[in-house]
Amino acid sequence: LAFIHQFCLRLKICMKCGCARPDSHLIYFQVVIWRAVASIAWSVLLLPVTTAVFVLLSRFSLFHPIQWISDCTSLLAASSTIFSLVVLCGVVLITGFFNLEFYTLVPSIPCSRMALLGTVLHPRQCVHSLVYCTMGMLVMWCASVTIGGRYSTLGTTCRQSESGEVVTCLNEYHLFILLAGAFMGYSHSFLGVVQNMYYVSFQPIQQYKYPRFKGCLPMVVKCSVIQALYSARNFAAFYFFFGYAPKTWISSTLNLQIDSSLQPLDSLTGLLDLSLLYHLSISGTFLYLTWYLTVLLFRIYVTEAYSFPVQSTFTEDAEQSLPKVLAEKNTLVMKFLALQDLALLSQHSLSRRLEVFSLSQPGGHAHNWNAISRECLSLLSELTQRLVAHQDAVASNGRVKSQSTPRLSVPLRTPGSVFKSSVGGANSALTAPFTPDVDSPFSSPAIRRLVGQQDPQSPCFGTVQSPHIMRRGPKPWSASTGLSHLVAASFSEDQFGVVQTTLPNILSCLVVLLEAVDRHFKLPHASSKPVRTICSMGDSTYKTLRFLLRAVLKTTIYKITTTFGEHLNAVNISTEHRKRLQQFLEFKD
Amino acid sequence: MFPSPVHIYTDGSDAEDHVSSAFVIRHQKKRNIHHQTQLSLAANAIILAGVVCVWLQPCDLPSPQFTRDTLKGHSRPESSSRSAFLDQRDTLWMRSAGAWRDAGLYGLLDEITNSAEEVPRFLAVGSACVLALLRWASSFHGSLFPHLTLSSDEMVAEFSQMLDWSDSALRSFAWHPHTDKFAVALLDDSIRIYKSNSSATPTLKHRCQRSVCALQWKPLCGSALAVACQSCLLIWHVDPTSLSTRPSSGCAQVLSHPGHSPITSIAWSPTGSLLVSASPVDTGMMVWDVAAESAVPLQRVGGGGVTYLSWSPDGSRLLAATPSALFRVWETRMWTCERWPCLKGSCQSACWSPDGGCLLLSMQGERVIYALTFSDLTGGSKAASVVADLSETSFPGPDGDLTVGGEVCSLSWDPRGERLAVLLKGDSQAVNHPSVIAVFKTRSSPVFELLPCGFVMGEAGAEPRFMQFHPHFQHGALLTVCWSDGRISHVPFYFSSAGLLGGDSPQQALASNTADHSSNKLYTEQIS
Repeated sequence: LAFIHQFCLRLKICMKCGCARPDSHLIYFQVVIWRAVASIAWSVLLLPVTTAVFVLLSRFSLFHPIQWISDCTSLLAASSTIFSLVVLCGVVLITGFFNLEFYTLVPSIPCSRMALLGTVLHPRQCVHSLVYCTMGMLVMWCASVTIGGRYSTLGTTCRQSESGEVVTCLNEYHLFILLAGAFMGYSHSFLGVVQNMYYVSFQPIQQYKYPRFKGCLPMVVKCSVIQALYSARNFAAFYFFFGYAPKTWISSTLNLQIDSSLQPLDSLTGLLDLSLLYHLSISGTFLYLTWYLTVLLFRIYVTEAYSFPVQSTFTEDAEQSLPKVLAEKNTLVMKFLALQDLALLSQHSLSRRLEVFSLSQPGGHAHNWNAISRECLSLLSELTQRLVAHQDAVASNGRVKSQSTPRLSVPLRTPGSVFKSSVGGANSALTAPFTPDVDSPFSSPAIRRLVGQQDPQSPCFGTVQSPHIMRRGPKPWSASTGLSHLVAASFSEDQFGVVQTTLPNILSCLVVLLEAVDRHFKLPHASSKPVRTICSMGDSTYKTLRFLLRAVLKTTIYKITTTFGEHLNAVNISTEHRKRLQQFLEFKD
Repeated sequence: MFPSPVHIYTDGSDAEDHVSSAFVIRHQKKRNIHHQTQLSLAANAIILAGVVCVWLQPCDLPSPQFTRDTLKGHSRPESSSRSAFLDQRDTLWMRSAGAWRDAGLYGLLDEITNSAEEVPRFLAVGSACVLALLRWASSFHGSLFPHLTLSSDEMVAEFSQMLDWSDSALRSFAWHPHTDKFAVALLDDSIRIYKSNSSATPTLKHRCQRSVCALQWKPLCGSALAVACQSCLLIWHVDPTSLSTRPSSGCAQVLSHPGHSPITSIAWSPTGSLLVSASPVDTGMMVWDVAAESAVPLQRVGGGGVTYLSWSPDGSRLLAATPSALFRVWETRMWTCERWPCLKGSCQSACWSPDGGCLLLSMQGERVIYALTFSDLTGGSKAASVVADLSETSFPGPDGDLTVGGEVCSLSWDPRGERLAVLLKGDSQAVNHPSVIAVFKTRSSPVFELLPCGFVMGEAGAEPRFMQFHPHFQHGALLTVCWSDGRISHVPFYFSSAGLLGGDSPQQALASNTADHSSNKLYTEQIS
């Protein structure tokens, strides 16, 4: 309860800060905070279901099915289970709060083992680990109470062998389960850093929340089972070697005897207890599943597409319009959502595209298109500059660099991280661990933006080609169309003007970026593929972002060249760029 | 680019007026949304005018021929080569490990059951029981979905778009969507790439490239070719400017997912951003982000697997056929699907109209073409309608009566939406009943119309196995056909598109078509 109270306090403080901030943050609170709250609510609602499954599995007996079912039903209605559920709700709330606090859209990749160690020992991370240890113990306490039997309490009555009097002894099984919870909590927190658990990536396809959750559920269950088995194995080994210390400490502090008639658990025979290992594994699975489900729901909710108005009717909503949010610098997640929205509208929504290409109503300026294209172009050129700076840095001391980053001997140092670290070094950006590393060049903003970038061309080109043909085409046919057609035609003419002015910029920007990326792939390690991870909750897609960037760039240019075709010759760009585009026109790239 | 030496193919334009007046029955549907034309081959004498046997090559497109003798298929699977070696008794542990590696749980249980004298009795009995239970479960599952009892190769042969896949020297074929090059997968598990005006034919070989079932070039890309193999999905990056004839296997990306093999169909989205793959044993289809090598499974219960995928040209919808009498149409914005249960067989082949508004389907064992319409405003049709009945009809041909018609095996619609090619299965027992490709003229506005245009037949003994239209033929449509004798030929249809002339009225378009073809001969010589 104390935890819940603390959580509520912190949330209140958060909200207050949010209210104190200017308007641009209001939308952040409207969108992201509410989504986080909704995801936590769903996680809490799912708790009874997972608990029921856990109860069924923990009391499983093959030969007495009827007794098993009736036991479980009565247990589910018992007051101890209700109390456990309340505690678990608290755990889920804190997990959800940590998700909201720690989530990042840009993966943090430590340059070396020392950097990783620094990240793990960072005070913020230490607090995180401590909280997760506590939560692990809490969940495991609930689990041990639910399983009941020999696990239920810390102290048991036992008879001393020599004197025969009844004393309170330490229940080692209970201690074992509790320590396992702390161990799993710490390993979850540690692996969260190593696997970038808090990295939220946007999906290549859009799905509704429920189908997406349903699709991810088997993966999450599988991951939590595997992770629980690994943790159970590691904890058993840990307890075998170091179990003596906590046992004697607890027994001396709480003045509990150690029952010498029972087999001690920090021995080989004590650990080879199938029932104990089974209960340890399913409790671990339950623990991980609770946490992973919260993470999964948070990811699903945060990355859900949000539709920003292209043009705001009222001035008070102006901060929420797409161009404004695109230019957002502080809250990265809103920028990402805006870019995702831009990509979606460019592909699927004709009416909103028309809004983008429309002219302002008095004045006749193409504010929407200009703002959006300017923002996209600045992102692209920023990326280009960063790549070029990185290449210069490598070129100046390339030899030293390539020697100082040895081959992939360290499993943690995937090519992605090597690459990223050198960039980080060049920009001296990775000084503060866990601050969102905005400077990493292959973070997904660049990518998603490109997806968004590519398609504003195509719709405008659907409309652009028609004026072209119209100009050459027979005059009488134009003349004979009705008033509505005329309006449409002039409208598309205007659009053409709008896009034409920015087209050379867009093309040259894309080509320069492509050249930079091509050069980048000539660097050592850049074109080698990262090792695939088999099953983990961490999202490892960031390791292949550079391949994605290259593929998307090429597709983008192809998209423009195929739609424009020969008309590209009329676009005013430099000769080298024209040569490069010619290759694309001939499908030679 | 494709000089037309002789105008070879008749479009049957002269007959068109008669066809439309006498035999085409138009009727409007209840909701007045979509007009349709029902057409029957039976008693249609006029189509006779269009019966031609064509064998021609536009000059500069390569048309290679492959025979089974020159290609060595991969020999038997590794397990069957065991008989060539002397039997060596390993220890039980070694054998169990080998069985686990080769054949998984089944193999392990089988091995333990078979060596009952070496293992404790309870283990042998237990494994025999588990094995029996597993077999019973799988046969039960198999009785629900009979295709699951097939072996991997049989499954590929069953669901490949190439007819008679296992017997054919050609395994798959794909045109590049933007340039004049195509890829052919062959019996020996290699892939060759042919370009016009170039003699270099790169050959692609890879360790994982077994039993190629489908090929597709990535749209909006010059180099990437996706290959559906028995165990995985390969993405080749063949540099178009390179002169190398054997690109190394380092140029290929291997994408695989446990439980998702053999892959029988793949489809790139028209923007080239996503690749969808399907396997008859996996109820989910995989949506791949190829560059990131990550996949999102889209799972739906029912159907027992996914056999055939086809993306609509505008990218808004995706057809997914299953081995059972059910197919689904996914919309690609939020990835939800419509379920379409069929009455009889499974969906065999399908093609989309260029605007993505109409889907033509053929069902296994049926002699009709179904049409489905989709519309964002009205939601489209609620039931598939029969647009053509293609049951057997006999025509007096050049040498005796010719029976045409039968099961619709494959459908292909040219990218302009003016010609539809339908592969009709013949009867190998009957004398004059070969497999033919029937070609129809199509028009989608103002009413959907199918007008018979002619037949394409091969040389004596050669049957069509696969066909695909060239994606961007300048002078009309170009149909590429793979024949059973290992030959690839190109059949051009020269016409000027009604849409390009801006013909608002069908009369105008008709007039222009007729004028264009007024000089055509109705019968053409067979050139070989």
